[in-house]
Amino acid sequence: MMPENAQPDPTDEKVKRLGISLEDYLLPTHGRIQMISESGELLPVDEQGSTPGHEYPMPTTQELLDGYRQLVIGRRVNDQNYALVRQGRMAVYPSSHGQEASEVAAALCLEPRDWLFPTYRDTVAVIARGVDPMEVMTNFRGNWHQGYNPHENNTSVQSTPLTTQLLHAVGMAHAARLRGEEMVVLGMVGDGGTSEGDFHEALNFASVFKLPVIFFVQNNKYAISVPLSRQTAAPSLAHKAVGYGMAGELVDGNDLAALLAVLGRAVKLCREGRGPFLVEADTYRMQSHTNADDATRYREGEEVDEWTKRDPLTRMRTYLKHEGALTEELESEYTSDAETVAASLRDAMGQDAELNPLDLFDHVYTVQTPQLAEQRAQLAEELSRDAHTEHQG
Amino acid sequence: MTTVFDEVTTGTKKLTIGQAVNRALHDALATDERVLLQGEDIGALGGVYRVTEGLAARFGSDRVVDAPLGEAGIVGTSIGLAQAGFVPVAEIQFDGFVYPAFDQIVSQLAKMHSRFQGSQQFPVTIRLPYGGGIGSVEHHSESPEAYFAHTAGLKVVTYSNAHDAYWVTRAAIASADPVLLLEPKKHYFVRGEVDFDAPTENPFATVEARPGTDGTLLAWGPQVSTALAAAEAGVEDGYDLQVLDIRGLSPLDMTTIANAVKATGRAVIVHESSTFAGFGAEISAGLMEQAFLSLEAPVQRVGGYHMPYPPSRLEQDYLPSVDRILDAVDETFTY
Repeated sequence: MMPENAQPDPTDEKVKRLGISLEDYLLPTHGRIQMISESGELLPVDEQGSTPGHEYPMPTTQELLDGYRQLVIGRRVNDQNYALVRQGRMAVYPSSHGQEASEVAAALCLEPRDWLFPTYRDTVAVIARGVDPMEVMTNFRGNWHQGYNPHENNTSVQSTPLTTQLLHAVGMAHAARLRGEEMVVLGMVGDGGTSEGDFHEALNFASVFKLPVIFFVQNNKYAISVPLSRQTAAPSLAHKAVGYGMAGELVDGNDLAALLAVLGRAVKLCREGRGPFLVEADTYRMQSHTNADDATRYREGEEVDEWTKRDPLTRMRTYLKHEGALTEELESEYTSDAETVAASLRDAMGQDAELNPLDLFDHVYTVQTPQLAEQRAQLAEELSRDAHTEHQG
Repeated sequence: MTTVFDEVTTGTKKLTIGQAVNRALHDALATDERVLLQGEDIGALGGVYRVTEGLAARFGSDRVVDAPLGEAGIVGTSIGLAQAGFVPVAEIQFDGFVYPAFDQIVSQLAKMHSRFQGSQQFPVTIRLPYGGGIGSVEHHSESPEAYFAHTAGLKVVTYSNAHDAYWVTRAAIASADPVLLLEPKKHYFVRGEVDFDAPTENPFATVEARPGTDGTLLAWGPQVSTALAAAEAGVEDGYDLQVLDIRGLSPLDMTTIANAVKATGRAVIVHESSTFAGFGAEISAGLMEQAFLSLEAPVQRVGGYHMPYPPSRLEQDYLPSVDRILDAVDETFTY
């Protein structure tokens, strides 16, 4: 029996057409793809980092406006949740402040039929995908390990371990290939996650079966306190793709335009059966890992100041205003949209959902086992006794 | 080992356990297009024990998938396939190779249904050939059931004969919950009658493999035959021993077990893995809770020592034997 992957690879023809070597096609462009400079100016094409096989068209102004609106909402979500944690109204929130462009692009590059596999830091991407913000917060409030139905927005659960979800994403993409569906799956991961064994297995499985998956690595430079230099000795995380026989690309993770262009092309090629892809976004985690962390112990303020200058919102705002696309009316509309979301988050924190401890027994198995039924009865008895005592007291 | 069948199997046939599993996989593939097999060497080779022989030829390499060598990948991608509506049956080649997939099994697969608040089922079956006595090298003879039985959300099942091999496998694949299916690989070549028209009722329940009134031997998978041999030998010593075949380790059919031991008053639990924190301890504790006043003697456990599984030339000194089981029975009579 001839293995399927012995068939001619469509990538080869692409390479032939471009007149570049397979390695040049698979390796990321020299430097990285950037379209809007840190000061908000459109870069000339020859300064965007593109090389043969790595050229990208600029997204439309409308795409950028839609994206910018999500940036404004995403920033507000991050800051609102951060504040709620500080006020002691929420247990924990891993903020993606500073990474909003990557978060938003990951959601916007996909269609409703596609699937997103996010991590705990990707709340903004999950919301941009259309999931109700209040349902997203269920997890961080400690009400349940997950608050939304993944099938409603084709957005899987936010993974707490990093990279276990990438294998699930690959399985989902394998299902799409087997059924001949033109579905694309995007799995999110951080720089720390690339050191995990599951990262290797996910990329390898995906490439062996030529699956429509995009591995989107947000390189935010820290895994809690451990810097990128302890995760890899590779020239870039995008370079890891070539070893799996897949194409990798390095993009400015704070440049919404470049992100939409690079991810958009990856989605298109995946849909045409030319997946998988590895896309590394060069970005920065502006705040601590969570409220339980103290970033001043392991990084210098100057480094943070340097990245403040590359803020994804300021940059896109400057560009869109300069283009005349972002009017005052639009700006106040976006701000008001963001305030609505923030208010709903505050309201949700204000109402303490009534939790029933007996619900814990519901979904361990699809049908409750006799053992669990017995344990449930035990807890129910305990609860009614407690209620009785409280009543007496 | 076997040939390819076009139709779902009917009638009664004398088959080895391996052939019975092969037919169960075949019939599941033939009757449910969502079923997909994934594992190492399961395609062209038909598995290192030939259990999947002929299936790739019959159903194609998209339904009988030779996976890259990566256990976490095999289980992890099976989770994603299940999330997309498939019914994956993953094969891990040997017991000792399951640990790279441990995280995907215990932290992912077993918890997914709960994490999804019940909105999605994850009907993944993991086939795991297990147990010793096969004269093999390290990592090929282990019995890791206790690790998995401890995991909520996962069903852990096994069997000891060809008929059950077929029906337990069918039931595992049909289960809406994830199942770790422990296959007694030493007995893959043991023959038995399989009635394809008589589905086993409650295939994960504990059943009586031999009646007896003086004491109960409790075993599962590969040790059921040892327990039966001990009961047979015990006749000479004047013992009329009952043998229970525990097919479901989790959930555990404790009611049947407790009722049986209440009737005989004596219990000897037999398993291959280390007795320390082994699965026998759970049964023993259950008997203390449910059958204490009926016990004539403390519950005895016969199992492996607390050490790495020994090299093959020494494994017979480690594994439960007829003599060791009867010594334990003696203990319950001299207490």
